[in-house]
Amino acid sequence: MTSFRERIQDAFSEGVPIAIDRGARGHFEHRQEAAAAFPQMEEMRDRARQIRAEVIADLDVHLRQFADSVARNGGNVFFAADADEANEYIVNLARAEGVSRAVKVKSMVTEEIHLNSALEAAGVEAVETDLGEFIVQLAGETPSHIIAPVLHKDRYQIGRLFAEKLGVAYTDDPGELNDIARGFLRERFLTAGMGISGANFGVADDGSIALVTNEGNGRLCTTAPRIHVVVMGMERLVRNRADLAVMLEVLARSATGQGLSSYTNIVAGPRRPGEPDGPDQFHVVVVDNGRSATLGSTIAEILFCIRCGACLNACPVYRHIGGHAYGSVYSGPIGKVLTPSLFGLEEWHDLPATSSLCGACQEVCPVRIDIPKLLVELRSQSTHTMSPGIRGGLAAYAWASTRPRVFRVLTRLGAIVGKLWSRDGWMRRVPVLQGWTKERELPAPASETFYDWWRKRGE
Amino acid sequence: MPVQLFVTCLVNSLYPGVGRATVRLLEQAGYEVEFPLDQTCCGQPAYNGGFQSEARAQTRQTLDVLDATDGPIIVPSGSCAAMLIHHSKELVAGDAAYLLKAERVAGRTRELTQFLVEDAGFEPATVDCDGCTTTYHASCHGLRWLGVREQPKHLLDEAGIDRVELSGEDECCGFGGLFSIKAPEVSTAMMDTKIERIEASGADIVVGVDVSCLMHIGGGLKRRGSTVETKHIAEILAGELE
Repeated sequence: MTSFRERIQDAFSEGVPIAIDRGARGHFEHRQEAAAAFPQMEEMRDRARQIRAEVIADLDVHLRQFADSVARNGGNVFFAADADEANEYIVNLARAEGVSRAVKVKSMVTEEIHLNSALEAAGVEAVETDLGEFIVQLAGETPSHIIAPVLHKDRYQIGRLFAEKLGVAYTDDPGELNDIARGFLRERFLTAGMGISGANFGVADDGSIALVTNEGNGRLCTTAPRIHVVVMGMERLVRNRADLAVMLEVLARSATGQGLSSYTNIVAGPRRPGEPDGPDQFHVVVVDNGRSATLGSTIAEILFCIRCGACLNACPVYRHIGGHAYGSVYSGPIGKVLTPSLFGLEEWHDLPATSSLCGACQEVCPVRIDIPKLLVELRSQSTHTMSPGIRGGLAAYAWASTRPRVFRVLTRLGAIVGKLWSRDGWMRRVPVLQGWTKERELPAPASETFYDWWRKRGE
Repeated sequence: MPVQLFVTCLVNSLYPGVGRATVRLLEQAGYEVEFPLDQTCCGQPAYNGGFQSEARAQTRQTLDVLDATDGPIIVPSGSCAAMLIHHSKELVAGDAAYLLKAERVAGRTRELTQFLVEDAGFEPATVDCDGCTTTYHASCHGLRWLGVREQPKHLLDEAGIDRVELSGEDECCGFGGLFSIKAPEVSTAMMDTKIERIEASGADIVVGVDVSCLMHIGGGLKRRGSTVETKHIAEILAGELE
């Protein structure tokens, strides 16, 4: 696999779409306005964090209760240890029920397990019905943002894509593009044998799941087809509806700046006798896929995440490089922790390493995850991947720092070397610091350290 | 009243003028400045890099030196102050004796502008900087870990220094220590965004509270042939403009 740095270089050489910075910044500003307009925001963030912390602390208990509740409602729960088990269950279900087409609500966990390709391989057509996901699927791409999958495209590109793939006349009018997608999807909703959704939250005590969307596609997917399959990361629980209400207060505000998403569905199992609509079957696939290894670890706090995307929007690195460069379904600050925690630090150590630790992410996180601290923690587990120069340099500096006399001699030595190497107080090229000096001058050490000035002053 | 100056290793070696200006300002504010001679580096570079045992060694050294003194500990850097106030405790959490020291030191440590504005009620002398126009860049760690937001701007305004707003003043300049060397492309892209905004502001001096960020922004400005200068707030308030 390419390194994160190589992928960033590729992104820059291809030209990062301006739409990314504009889109992320727009979401961020909406979030700031929504937070400012909601006097209880900070208190709600505290409560949301508390709720998530308590659920994660006793996750096994809450999962058992959730499974019992779903069963009581007439649904099936399947615990999948990994992506393959989850996909296999869903594919087998589709085969057994003769399903040839499934419609999907936007779901990051199904992206994580690559459910679409598993379904396609089994001859089941999987149709994304969220507009952004629909566009991404048409283009054969992956989402570049966890809530705005098509943030990297502008409407002109989408117009050309629709004309090419759907055989419609070119338009770049957002309303017309929307109508084209709606027309295309309508027939799919009505003929799909299976609806697949994620879950923003599972409610442990009554076995329901909450789903928020802005397009209404979630309602169609979960009511029109005769089978509804929910794919849920195993950490996505709240204890009860009261806790759910708190989470909903912070979720949409953090994500898009809305007080509440346009559609909030609470689905509690299959259709019951006498109900006019809803699926005949209700399945919940609870996906572990690395999460239980994170539970109880030093980075367990990452499991509090509710996938709002606020940290991506706030992140200056994300705004400059876009989501695809992260190389994982989970991008941005949260992706830098989540990706190594789920898929292995050995392979993904360069994600946590590539952060300025500016803390903009933590400032907006609805559950106050201390992302910079988690990044530092992951760095501490992967120091062996750092270059010998950096390791040696930091070790030597630390060694000298605990020996003040040596430290003072070395800083004086630095002043002499700096003077020889510099012009007008700046160094243009420093062999061991090329990463810096390629684009920036480096100031030379001053001819007299503060320490020496102080000593003279006292004399 | 005595105050202890923790000057930071970067100021000691690269920007001693910032240290001298800090001393002058604190004396102007009526404090007796002491400088514990055995101070070295607080350990922030190693901590941020994930090198915990190296950072812990530096933290212990720093705590030993500072805990042996009295009075407020003043740091002309938001990120080093945040290290002493927040992260030192994490590093020595497993050692009860050092944890006590870390808590005492954290309780006494103040970033320079916070100390001047909130504790000292300092009113800066009017500064004549030959008609200069300044703008303020908020460094991330001081801003988000300590709440240094309005204090530096307040001091500039009180000193009668012309100041224009910087669009996106609280967005990272892309320094981030090792980040700037390990991921130079994105670090530089962030810096270029910052520089574009500084130039668009019309200021001829960009002021900050951390020499690390100023070193980054200044190095970029210099390479790009800009005439905009960088100054630490202590330098400009103490009237040390060349």
